[in-house]
Parts: sequence; C-alpha cells; structure tokens
Amino acid sequence: MKILLELFIVFFKIGSLTFGGGIAMLPMLQRELVDNKKWATEEELMDYYSIGQCTPGIIAINTATFIGYKLKGKVGAIFSTFGIVCPSLIIIIVIAGFIKNFLYIKWVMYVFAGIKIAVVGLVLDAFISLFKKNVKNKIAFLLCILAFILNFVLKISPVYIIFACVIFSIFFTKYKEVREDKK
Amino acid sequence: MIYIELFVEFFKIGLFSVGGGFATLPFLNKIVDTKGWYSVSELTNMLAISESTPGPIGVNMATYVGFHIASILGSLVATFALVLPSYLIIIIISNFLTKFKNSQYVINTFNIIRPVVTGLIGVSFITIFNTAMFSFGIDIKKIIIFLIILFLIIKYKKHPILYIGLGAIAGIIFKLS
Repeated sequence: MKILLELFIVFFKIGSLTFGGGIAMLPMLQRELVDNKKWATEEELMDYYSIGQCTPGIIAINTATFIGYKLKGKVGAIFSTFGIVCPSLIIIIVIAGFIKNFLYIKWVMYVFAGIKIAVVGLVLDAFISLFKKNVKNKIAFLLCILAFILNFVLKISPVYIIFACVIFSIFFTKYKEVREDKK
Repeated sequence: MIYIELFVEFFKIGLFSVGGGFATLPFLNKIVDTKGWYSVSELTNMLAISESTPGPIGVNMATYVGFHIASILGSLVATFALVLPSYLIIIIISNFLTKFKNSQYVINTFNIIRPVVTGLIGVSFITIFNTAMFSFGIDIKKIIIFLIILFLIIKYKKHPILYIGLGAIAGIIFKLS
C-alpha cells in the first residue's frame, strides 16, 4: 500500500511540475525515478521512453504505466497513471470553468487573439522540428506529402490513415521476410 | 448519449495518436468537422491553455475538450478514454519488452508512421493558422506579430509559456480580434 501511495505521489508531482510534456518531461522523470526513488535504471527509463514514443498514446502516460506496472503490477500502473493525470484534471477543470465566464469580455478577447498567434507559431515550430527529425529521405518525404494530401485535400480521417500505415507495414515486413527466406 | 460519444472519440485518439503531444492535434481537428463540438478557434484557445499549464498536452486537451462539451463528468470521461488504450497496450508490451523493441514489424511501422504524423501535424498547422490569422480578414499587424514571435521561438527555444505571454501582451496592445 505504501508503494502504491508513493507511486501516486511521485507521478502527481511529475504531472504538476512539467510543462509541455514530451521531451520536457524527461529530465524530471530521470531525477524522480532514477536518482531519487531508484525505481528504474537510466537504461530502463530510456527504453520505456523510446517505446512510449512508438506506441499509441501520450508518451508521459506510457512511461508512467511502465513504471507502475514494473513495481506493483496492474494496480501499480493504475496508481501511477492516475497520479500523472490528476494534476491536469484539476488544473484544467478549474481554468476552463473560470475562463468560460470571461471569454466575452473585450480585453479577454484581445488576449486570446494574441495568444492564438503565439500558439500557431509554436505549432509551426513543432512541425519544423518533427520534419527535420522524421523526414530524412525521399520515401519519408513522399509519405509525409501523401498523408498531407489525404488529410488536407481528401479530408480522410487521421484514424484511417494511421490504421492503413499499420496494415501496410505488416504486409511490407512479411513480404520482406518471405523474400529474405527465399534467398 | 454524449458521454459514450466522448468516450469513443477519445479512445480512438488514445489508440491512434502515436508520437505524443501534438500528435493528438490532427484528431482533435477532425472532430470539428465530424462532431462540431467546438470550432477551430475554440480548439486553438484550448491548445493555448493546455500548453501554458502543467501536465502532458494530450491529457490537458482531453480534459479541456471533455469539460467544454459535458462539464466535469465530460472531462473525466474524455481523459479516462484517452488513457485507457495506453494502459492496456503498455501492460501487454511490458511482458515482452525486448522482443517488442527488436521486432522488425515495430521498427518498420514506426518508420512509416513518423513521417505520416509529421504530414498530419502540417495540416493541423494550416488549419489553425488560417483561423488565428484570417478569420476576420487579412490583418497586417497579426502577420507581423506572427513573424516576430516565430523568429523568437526558433531563435531562442525558450519555454512556450513565454511566447504565449508575449502573444497575450501583443493582443492587448494592438487590440487584436
């Protein structure tokens, strides 16, 4: 029971102190999980983190589930995951409830019009760094353009696009395996 | 029932968004067309708040959208639905971690999905760019502010909340709409 509570507290702390998620969360995870609690080695954490990146879902949640499950099985994973989600729930509900009543004031509208411009800039910046990281060859570039066209021009849902990728990848890998075997 | 719809939508997002944070954006954008729960402009507001508050962006967005549509219970349902696929998938993977890590299927799938997700985020960018910049016609002030903020973001790579604050100040000074 003590460990479960600790799992909740540590991940609550991580959830409430990291802004922006993703990469920004890594140093915090390292300090809390590897240095302080010694719940995982640095290598394990990197494994969890990189697997968390290529499995569906929010990376921080994936990492929390990994650690919780490692320490205390399925129940542990519930506590760690709930811990990391809890601060978001509380903070966002408070803010959302608060802002709803102010959105029609002129000054608040000015503020949000300005904020939106900054957010657009941040999304473009995220897009540029993702592009640099993920689109390094011709095939990747083609895939990127294809996804863009399917979604933007043909309005196909991202759900179908990602699903198609998975199916394609399975056939592609199987095909290559069979071909290798023949050689 | 709205709670079931919320659950289904966010379960899908949790199941199909790979790459964290901004990867949820294309899905949330699609909801504007399919469900009409919010406008692109409202989505951008929610994104601004999710980025300037603690916690993973995806979770913040789910909580916010859920609250926006069906109050506190809505935010609980949306967040629970978003997290559930992660929980189930990770517990399955935990049992054969090394095998998973070295599987050619996993490596290939990830290599295909990464550039695809990048393209999808590109679409999200264009959508919110149009709404934030041109929903009230062309405003030269907005374009200049955008270029300045973008330059600062790329050059200094400081924390997002700083640029969001800068945008807020610019909004007040220039009475943007």
